[in-house]
Amino acid sequence: MDDQANFESTGVHGQTPRWSLAQAVSSGLSLAALWALPLLNVAPNRLVSGQPVYFSSLLQGPAWGIAGLLAGLLGLALVRPSPWVLRATLAASTLLIPCLVWLAAIQASQPAQSQSAFARSALGGGFWLACLLLGLAAMDALQRLRAGPWLRLSALLVVVLPVGTMLASGVCDELSIMKEYANRPDVFAEAITRHLQIVGVALGATLALGLPLGWAAHRYARWGQSLFPVLNLVQTIPSIALFGLLMAPLALLAATWPLLARAGISGVGLAPAVMALTLYSLLPVVRGTLAGLAQVPSGVLQAATGMGLSRWQRFWQVEAPLALPVVLGGVRTATIQAIGLAGVTALIGTGGLGAIMFEGLFSSAQDLVLLGVVPMVAMGVLADAFFKLLMAKLVMAHRPA
Amino acid sequence: MIEFHGVSKLYGPVKAIDGIDLTIERGEFVLLIGASGSGKSTLLKMVNRMEAHDAGQILLNGRDIDSFKLRELRLRMGYAIQSVGLFPHWSVARNIATVPRMLGWPAEKISQRVIELLHLFDLDPEIYAKRLPHELSGGQQQRVGVARALAADPDVLLMDEPFGALDPVIRASLQLELKRVHQASGKTIVMVTHDIDEALLLATRIVLLDHGRVVQVGTPLQLLAEPANDFVVDFAGRSDIGIKLLSLQLAQDFSRAEPQQAGPGLPATIATTATLREALSFMALHRIAQVNLADASGAHAGVLHAADIFEKPEARRG
Repeated sequence: MDDQANFESTGVHGQTPRWSLAQAVSSGLSLAALWALPLLNVAPNRLVSGQPVYFSSLLQGPAWGIAGLLAGLLGLALVRPSPWVLRATLAASTLLIPCLVWLAAIQASQPAQSQSAFARSALGGGFWLACLLLGLAAMDALQRLRAGPWLRLSALLVVVLPVGTMLASGVCDELSIMKEYANRPDVFAEAITRHLQIVGVALGATLALGLPLGWAAHRYARWGQSLFPVLNLVQTIPSIALFGLLMAPLALLAATWPLLARAGISGVGLAPAVMALTLYSLLPVVRGTLAGLAQVPSGVLQAATGMGLSRWQRFWQVEAPLALPVVLGGVRTATIQAIGLAGVTALIGTGGLGAIMFEGLFSSAQDLVLLGVVPMVAMGVLADAFFKLLMAKLVMAHRPA
Repeated sequence: MIEFHGVSKLYGPVKAIDGIDLTIERGEFVLLIGASGSGKSTLLKMVNRMEAHDAGQILLNGRDIDSFKLRELRLRMGYAIQSVGLFPHWSVARNIATVPRMLGWPAEKISQRVIELLHLFDLDPEIYAKRLPHELSGGQQQRVGVARALAADPDVLLMDEPFGALDPVIRASLQLELKRVHQASGKTIVMVTHDIDEALLLATRIVLLDHGRVVQVGTPLQLLAEPANDFVVDFAGRSDIGIKLLSLQLAQDFSRAEPQQAGPGLPATIATTATLREALSFMALHRIAQVNLADASGAHAGVLHAADIFEKPEARRG
């Protein structure tokens, strides 16, 4: 999508295009999604499929404002994408997401929907698709604006702050996903902590192994070349298969040395999960470290050596800071990948958000699945934003001369 | 100051440096020149042990450079290279302060020195000290690179084609600036170049290298007027040598003490430093066979006759 955006923003002959295809498609489709697909599904209980509630049937009062904002977004896509038009697009698309959450939330709280304790008002396909498309529109606008870290952060806050406030204040309590949450707040909090714990331990192990490996691959190039086929191979193993592969040897280890078993090492649980995540995360981190060190200009290194910096000084004062932005790129990929994969590790009994997700899957409770998945997606988005901000700050601080 | 005694270096079977004997005196501005692969850059890098020598001995102030601690040796020598090699994540001031910081100078002395050097290279500290290298033009970066090399007041300045990547105008102005800095500071400078004009302009002595051997060592004038062999003639530009020679000699050294003549005279701005080349160019432009010279104050200072330029030296009149 990035390439597409760049291509369009420069045009075939380097001119600004008269309108923006990507924006028109995303805003048009989000209108269509809200029109054709339900915003909410209302069911008397969680086991039966519900009645759809369409956006068009809610068109009164403030909902007209949302419709107007959507139409405005489509209109903005049809004019020349100047920076101001792009900023307006960004503002409208980010603002619309909390607006839709709000509309769905108050609709769910209508007496007709919430009369029974078992009634479920689930967010419908129209809501999810529209939010996804609006997110894409916002990212496209950010890309074309060549937005700096602060604009990206503000765009994120426009979405996160109102949604967070609504969640915290109970406005959304009647939405089925929140009802699922209300049924098990302790389990949920524990799952979040556990998930972060899995990702954190795996990332710690990855950094402890990957950074030195990346450095060694840079320092001893021939050796490094034989490292990557191995890491690439690991990436091609499906995660479930890797868990399986690790289960047997770990179980054997635990059986052979009871001391290890007492330390928590066993065929299931945290040990194989963290090992598998670490193996997966190694490739992006090692590759990022190698690429980061390799792009330090040779003239800079030669000058550093010639001026009398010791090897140690040269590494810490010159190579490491110059490699850091690229290294962080690898760490970012590894983190986002680990957040997702940590969900799958629930299959071997590690717990975490994946456990909630699978519980939902096995009991056909869609909202329970979402209660597991949505926080994972949010973690991924936040981690992505965090690393992008950090990298942008660093790159601004020392662009290569 | 720096002595090479029978220095050689092998790259596999190839002798990159082949038995070089050379003495560089304090305060000299020596240009190492030669084609690619002549060993000029290798020879320079041997001085601060970026390259090791396989045979022979290199002395710094009479002491074998191998007896120095590597770090100590390098901290005593300024080092500047073609790609500048400024640290892109450090400000101009921090870049210049690199070696003084390693030497543990007090902060106040360092900042004083940075300001002094920025002034020396015509960069306003108010504007440039806090900038990052990527915010400077190529010429400014190279000036900072040279300033950084000079920061700790080193005995020797080593420069590896420092102006190689710059466009001709900036290059010329930096060459003059470096010449000024050399004359003002009296530093010993060893510089590598492949550009004979740069060598003729800057050097107090030129060392012409080929296949790791010294072909000729001499002042720019000696190299042009008494070339050791055909290779020197070729390298100096064969058909151009006469013109280049003219640009190394001052017009006032060839002038006759005659009263002012009718017709145009050399502009007073270049009067005292005008070379024969400039004077001849002026005469060709105005289609005259003699030209009035002036001193710095603009007063008449003799007449240059075109004919005198082309006479044999022994036939010349004072």
